[in-house]
Amino acid sequence: MSQQGYVATPPYSQSQPGIGLSPPHYGHYGDPSHAGSPPGMMKPAGPLGAAAPGGMLPQGHLPPGPHQFGQNGAHAQGPPLQRFPGPPPGNSAAPSYAPYPPSTQSSYPSPVSTSSVAQLGTQLSAMHVNSYGSGMAPPSQGPPGPPAAAAAFQGPPRSSQPSILQPGSQVLPPPPTALNGPGASPLPPSTHRQDGLPGPAPPNAQYQPPPPPGQTLGPGYPLQQANYGPQMAGAQLSYPGGFPGGPAQMAGPPQPQKKLDPDSIPSPIQVIENDRATRGGQVYTTNTRGQIPPLVTTDCTIQDQGNASPRYIRCTTYCFPCTSDMAKQAQIPLAAIIKPFATIPSNETPLYLVNHGETGPVRCNRCKAYMCPFMQFIEGGRRYQCGFCNCVNDVPPFYFQHLDHIGRRLDHYEKPELSLGSYEYVATLDYCRKNKPPNPPAFIFMIDVSYSNIKNGLVKLICEELKTVLEKLPKEGQEETSSLRVGFITYNKVLHFFNVKSTLARPQMMVVTDVSEVFVPLLDGFLVSYQESQSVIHNLLDQIPEMFADSNENETVFAPVIRAGMEALKAADCPGKLFIFHSSLPTAEAPGKLKNRDDKKLINTDKEKILFQPQTNVYDPLAKDCVAHGCCVTLFLFPSQYVDVASLGLVPQLTGGTLYKYNNFQVHLDSQQFLNDLRNDIEKKIGFDAIMRVRTSTGFRATDFFGGIYMNNTTDVEMAAIDCDKAVTVEFKHDDKLSEDSGALIQCAVLYTTVSGQRRLRIHNLGLNCSSQLGDLYKSCETDALINFFAKSAFKAVLHQPLKVIREILVNQTAHMLACYRKNCASPSAASQLILPDSMKVLPVYMNCLLKNCVLLSKPEISTDERAYQRQLVMTMGVADSQLFFYPQLRPIHTLDVKSTTLPAAIRCSETRLSEEGIFLLANGLNMFLWLGVSSPPELIQGIFNVPSFAHVNTDMTLLPELGNPYSQTLRMIMGIIQQKRPYSMKLTIVKQREQPEMVFRQFLVEDKGLYGGSSYVDFLCCVHKEICQLLN
Amino acid sequence: MATYLEFIQQNEERDGVRFSWNVWPSSRLEATRMVVPLACILTPLKERPDLPPVQYEPVLCSRPTCKAILNPLCQVDYRAKLWACNFCFQRNQFPPAYAGISEVNQPAELMPQFSTVEYVIQRGAQSPLIFLYVVDTCLEEDDLQALKESLQMSLSLLPPDAMVGLITFGRMVQVHELSCEGISKSYVFRGTKDLTAKQIQDMLGLTKPAMPVHPAHPAQPQEHPSISSRFLQPIHKIDMNLTDLLGELQRDPWPVPQGKRPLRSTGVALSIAVGLLEGTFPNTGARIMLFVGGPPTQGPGMVVGDELKVPIRSWHDIEKDNARFMKKATKHYEMLANRAAANGHCVDIYACALDQTGLLEMKCCTNLTGGHMVMGDSFNTSLFKQTFQRIFSKDFNGNFRMAFGATLEVKTSRELKVAGAIGPCVSLNVKGPCVSENELGVGGTSQWKICGLDPTSTLGIYFEVVNQHNAPIPQGGRGAIQFVTHYQHSSTQRRIRATTIARNWADAQSQLKHIEAAFDQEAAAVLMARLGVFRAESEEGPDVLRWLDRQLIRLCQKFGQYTKEDPSSFRLSDSFSLYPQFMFHLRRSPFLQVFNNSPDESSYYRHHFARQDLTQSLIMIQPILYSYSFHGPPEPVLLDSSSILADRILLMDTFFQIVIYLGETIAQWQKAGYQDMPEYENFKHLLQAPLDDAQEILHARFPMPRYVSTEHGGSQARFLLSKVNPSQTHNNLYAWGQETGAPILTDDVSLQVFMDHLKKLAVSSAC
Repeated sequence: MSQQGYVATPPYSQSQPGIGLSPPHYGHYGDPSHAGSPPGMMKPAGPLGAAAPGGMLPQGHLPPGPHQFGQNGAHAQGPPLQRFPGPPPGNSAAPSYAPYPPSTQSSYPSPVSTSSVAQLGTQLSAMHVNSYGSGMAPPSQGPPGPPAAAAAFQGPPRSSQPSILQPGSQVLPPPPTALNGPGASPLPPSTHRQDGLPGPAPPNAQYQPPPPPGQTLGPGYPLQQANYGPQMAGAQLSYPGGFPGGPAQMAGPPQPQKKLDPDSIPSPIQVIENDRATRGGQVYTTNTRGQIPPLVTTDCTIQDQGNASPRYIRCTTYCFPCTSDMAKQAQIPLAAIIKPFATIPSNETPLYLVNHGETGPVRCNRCKAYMCPFMQFIEGGRRYQCGFCNCVNDVPPFYFQHLDHIGRRLDHYEKPELSLGSYEYVATLDYCRKNKPPNPPAFIFMIDVSYSNIKNGLVKLICEELKTVLEKLPKEGQEETSSLRVGFITYNKVLHFFNVKSTLARPQMMVVTDVSEVFVPLLDGFLVSYQESQSVIHNLLDQIPEMFADSNENETVFAPVIRAGMEALKAADCPGKLFIFHSSLPTAEAPGKLKNRDDKKLINTDKEKILFQPQTNVYDPLAKDCVAHGCCVTLFLFPSQYVDVASLGLVPQLTGGTLYKYNNFQVHLDSQQFLNDLRNDIEKKIGFDAIMRVRTSTGFRATDFFGGIYMNNTTDVEMAAIDCDKAVTVEFKHDDKLSEDSGALIQCAVLYTTVSGQRRLRIHNLGLNCSSQLGDLYKSCETDALINFFAKSAFKAVLHQPLKVIREILVNQTAHMLACYRKNCASPSAASQLILPDSMKVLPVYMNCLLKNCVLLSKPEISTDERAYQRQLVMTMGVADSQLFFYPQLRPIHTLDVKSTTLPAAIRCSETRLSEEGIFLLANGLNMFLWLGVSSPPELIQGIFNVPSFAHVNTDMTLLPELGNPYSQTLRMIMGIIQQKRPYSMKLTIVKQREQPEMVFRQFLVEDKGLYGGSSYVDFLCCVHKEICQLLN
Repeated sequence: MATYLEFIQQNEERDGVRFSWNVWPSSRLEATRMVVPLACILTPLKERPDLPPVQYEPVLCSRPTCKAILNPLCQVDYRAKLWACNFCFQRNQFPPAYAGISEVNQPAELMPQFSTVEYVIQRGAQSPLIFLYVVDTCLEEDDLQALKESLQMSLSLLPPDAMVGLITFGRMVQVHELSCEGISKSYVFRGTKDLTAKQIQDMLGLTKPAMPVHPAHPAQPQEHPSISSRFLQPIHKIDMNLTDLLGELQRDPWPVPQGKRPLRSTGVALSIAVGLLEGTFPNTGARIMLFVGGPPTQGPGMVVGDELKVPIRSWHDIEKDNARFMKKATKHYEMLANRAAANGHCVDIYACALDQTGLLEMKCCTNLTGGHMVMGDSFNTSLFKQTFQRIFSKDFNGNFRMAFGATLEVKTSRELKVAGAIGPCVSLNVKGPCVSENELGVGGTSQWKICGLDPTSTLGIYFEVVNQHNAPIPQGGRGAIQFVTHYQHSSTQRRIRATTIARNWADAQSQLKHIEAAFDQEAAAVLMARLGVFRAESEEGPDVLRWLDRQLIRLCQKFGQYTKEDPSSFRLSDSFSLYPQFMFHLRRSPFLQVFNNSPDESSYYRHHFARQDLTQSLIMIQPILYSYSFHGPPEPVLLDSSSILADRILLMDTFFQIVIYLGETIAQWQKAGYQDMPEYENFKHLLQAPLDDAQEILHARFPMPRYVSTEHGGSQARFLLSKVNPSQTHNNLYAWGQETGAPILTDDVSLQVFMDHLKKLAVSSAC
């Protein structure tokens, strides 16, 4: 799923020697030739056919044919698995999990796994051990304890880690890891085991009723290559007919499991909890190259000892393959998700500021990398070798320092740039536009004052809020007051600029009606210091709602508004940020005028991508201009109908701004959410007029970038602004071999202007390992980062490729990665077993969530704007946000311990986890739902809502009442904690079981089958397994 | 010829008309041989304190092509209640209101002394006067402050129901909304973009919402106020608001880099002003008052770029065709001027800057609309302040001395046709039987529009005698001309002033003496000068001078008495005696000479020359010089270098300047402080006398002249020295051998030399 792949170069299209898989379909976004099942697919059939009775052949003719074979094959092998009866009690494992025994159990009731250590043993020996397998791979993880962790991560021991696999293997950690799809042996339900239905178990099961093919597949995955859907369907049909009896034998498919027990498949919750248990609350030091950081969901303290904190950079894998062949073989994207301005908790050290004086930072003469811990000092400190390009440079005289006995400079620990992974340089004039120090940035507030906004009170709300929120403009370090300047514009079909110079008795309004060629009518007095002009500004904000009270102007413009703001910043010669409060489709005659083009008929066609593209070609050049002048655009949208988010959102996205959307905004309900967003957005840490450059050591390079960025060339990532919530995902490709010794080094440098108008360079360095063993690669992967990458690359591809193709590619690549592991890293095992590397245990479930996201789901029931909106949000998300977004947190509230401050343990997002007696809180970063079971405990209801019973609860609220009782307080605290650090204020919806709104809520139960399509986790797993089997054959 | 002088003077006082010829040659051929065309100087609204307007409407000739107004020259049949039009001879019934008419009961318009009658029209809605200030903000702080004060002061001078509007400009153009409370609001336009009238009206929201037309309800006038209310408001409503607004006016805030001129969008500002009025008050008297402190430097109508190192065009550049922006800018302002004129709006330009401000390009705005052009060094001078104040002066009735939206119609009897007009007017392109095919000035029409005029606004009207030589005019027949001026009085009344005059015909062959005696050399000089200046606008300077010379020579040949080839025998009669001298000074005047004047100055001088009345025009042609000395009472002296004597104080009035010059001795006395000694009080009085006289002139004149007080050897003495006839120069001084007067360092010819040549050429048969 490399970017290139989308473009259609088929780097991976040829069979890899190593795997001998049929050509994956990567790289084929858009490549029509792959629309049909590739010929390659047929081949595998052959062998299978051989294995299977000849009877198979006829089936081959069925459309889904090839896949079936795969299945059959798997099944055929199934039997052996059957032997493992069982689920050896997980007890043996239990000890290691001591800390979380309860949770394990609760979440995995059955699991327990059936996996019997003993049984598995045999198998395991063949396969990689699952990390949890206490017995198996003791060294690896967790249990041992933190200290050891670091050590463990590296080196050989690792190998054991990856293990995952099959059920049985899971010896302990059972379920999660192994996903034996193969439900075969390990599967909990004994029944299954018997069947031994390997992997594709589910399908088989379905023979019967199970997942009615139609549904499962239908929606999400049409036919064609990767579709598991169809295949399954095919399978069903064919089996019966083709081999009545046969199949059963061969595959042992028949009766198999009725259904895969959900508890037996890897649980994201479990993985998160495990990581939290082993690494949470500890200190993670970044002193070693290539070490894998704790998950984003794990709280720990990070100590910078030479590599950038994972808060700044996370990678899809911390060990790069040495050669591009290996990379192609594994198909694991090599990418880093960089959040250069990530917020650092107060207990971690803020970045040091390094000043190298007038000459500017010391840089390598050849590759221009900045001085960093990867520079090797030689010749007694007179010269240094660049870690990136290996060029030997002279040390500038002012920077000279003697080396100690181990070749380290004596001032190693005094200079942040020598000993830390992240730090900042003071930039000299050479780094400034026109070689002039920048002016302090400005914020411009641009309010749509058309009829509807006046009428619904929004304008008044904004004006009132601005009065207080402007007090909290961000400031630099010890500054007394913010040096940011502010300006105000209102608009409908024309623009109104305001002169709020402090010397004026009253503000002056200047109307610009020439929207076709908008300009800035004033200079002095437009951008002012809030402190100085406070009274005039308040006067203005008081007047704005009055001024337009009688307006009945319905039409608005949009592009001219942005241009006006940009021109204002340009005229003032400063970077800045526009806050636009807009609510309607801009239909007035002006550049960027839009019409309603929301056409549901395009959905599910090749033209669907048009809905995600901007409607006119005005916005892209506008965005480019904005970026060129350091003008970031943040858009608050209050649509009551279609407003064409795809067009309106383009500039905010490309300029590093944020898009907020409040559907059918009602002041009395939604103010809080909006105001929180506004406050947060104004106050958050931000850098302006930024250019990011990612340098790498020789052998690989950054090839693609995703995020709120604009690229004029292939290397400079330009951002009008970048704030603490924005991440840029960078994909790397080999252009040579990497050496295991020197590893893969990354230096990300961001040149930007601070809120006080200083020019700075923020440097993040990260060293990764390299290995020629695929196993090392798989061991070092991070699923959360992978999903972030997959999501961004897929969402980017949405603009150019049919969604069907994109979905197929995602599925294929998932299968491919796993198949490669199975083929090359896992110990031999029955083909019917689904074996997952430990680091990718939850990849399938997350991938399924991604596939089910409304952006990728072609369903007319979902509003086009919402899809465009979510697509845009994801493009700038960091790993933590994307994790939560795709796999929401679901927490039971009824079990709340009001005396504890810890959050109730999360549970898996599935309806089966809910109970009528319970109350559950679900959050995904945008929305929060409080789900009330019909039999919710009245005392809880009373405590939370202050009403006597479930029936009395009024769901028409977006804020919980503040009641003095512990339930209320604790719940509100929990919600506060969940909301904390999230870039968007989540809108709270109260959902009562069995009432209409529950439908919305259900969409977030991502392990279940989607309301509008999208398979359930179990189904998807089966599908993937089938794909893998096919690839392996 | 005292009788003729009296006659002329009397006519001028009564009708505001002076003809070049007061007896008219009776055929086309003879008329052309007279050299000086038959023409008149007309002051349509000449103040007539003794002439109360009549409160009824004029009686018109019923012939549709004539519609002449009943006048004392008409033959009236009192019994039949009929009158015969003296232009077309149509016989007309008197209207019913005239039923009681008889020889002894005549309406005013039939009495001979009422050759000029002013009628008040009661019909129609009266629309208030409109004043739209268009203010440049690219000024120095002092200047802007002074201008703001002047503007604020002017608010108190306006009639309370007048509508006012404000547009300010610099790099941008702002149209201020005057009715807002709490916040001052303005519409802003980019100064570089030319907008059509439609666009401007759209952008200002002036376009009327498509309203169903109620045929029964042509309530057009009532709609106006609502549409325009935002930008044009009755002064009594927004007096305070506007005063504050003016007070808060800031200098244009856009930074002006070193070495650059401020960006000034005069062209767009004016375009918006014109468009605003056009959209809101078409055909209503309105005054756009443009205040500029420098040249337009951007957008349509730009005159010079913003690079200071590139100076604004000079005459030299223009001759070399080096003035990049001139043509385009001129075209832009002409287009605006014509639009304003078509809507009856006049444009004033008040340009105060040390350098040129582009009056050359913008002159048409004032020239075509009858607006004022004022040029000064700074808004912070009494010259501007008092001039500006004088705009709002009132007459003895307490009415403003300004009128709007006038049309001047000329009717002639059959033997005459009208050839054109020169003055602050535009042609209305009304063809008719009395329109000549030959054009002199703005011709081809019998009607002109004068959007703004005051009691001194004066036009030159040129006629052509079309009577054929062989078609004799009946003995005692008289030619008649009627001038009809419709206008909006400053009291907002619509009025019509009709002036009917008649002159005798004479056969040029038999009665040349009569014609000669009836020559009005002053009027003729001014009329010829106007023609010359009019030509100078479009022709090369030397060509115009040659033409003038040729006319003069021909005139002398025609009317001089001489023996061929004998210059010394040349004589001119009294009625022509001064004419050559006028021509001499005219040739030297800034109206025809551009040397030493910037294009702006030339435009300025020409502008005023084309609208002042005869007396003022003569002063402009030949400045007046008074002498004050102990040798006698103050007396006018020759405008000659010989008049500059050491023991004299001279006062020169050139119309544009008042110069007081102390002779060498007087200056020394003054330095010695004699005037402060009680025993030399008479010296003090002598010094004071010209000052008092100068004050008197300063008080009466519009625009305020530049006041120069200098002395022998003073640098400012150049104002005087450049005007006097250089009878003594460095070339001939010693030949005279006497110490009289002051030598002028010039190569210009003196009057004496000029006259000698003239005589020589006049008597030469070669011509």
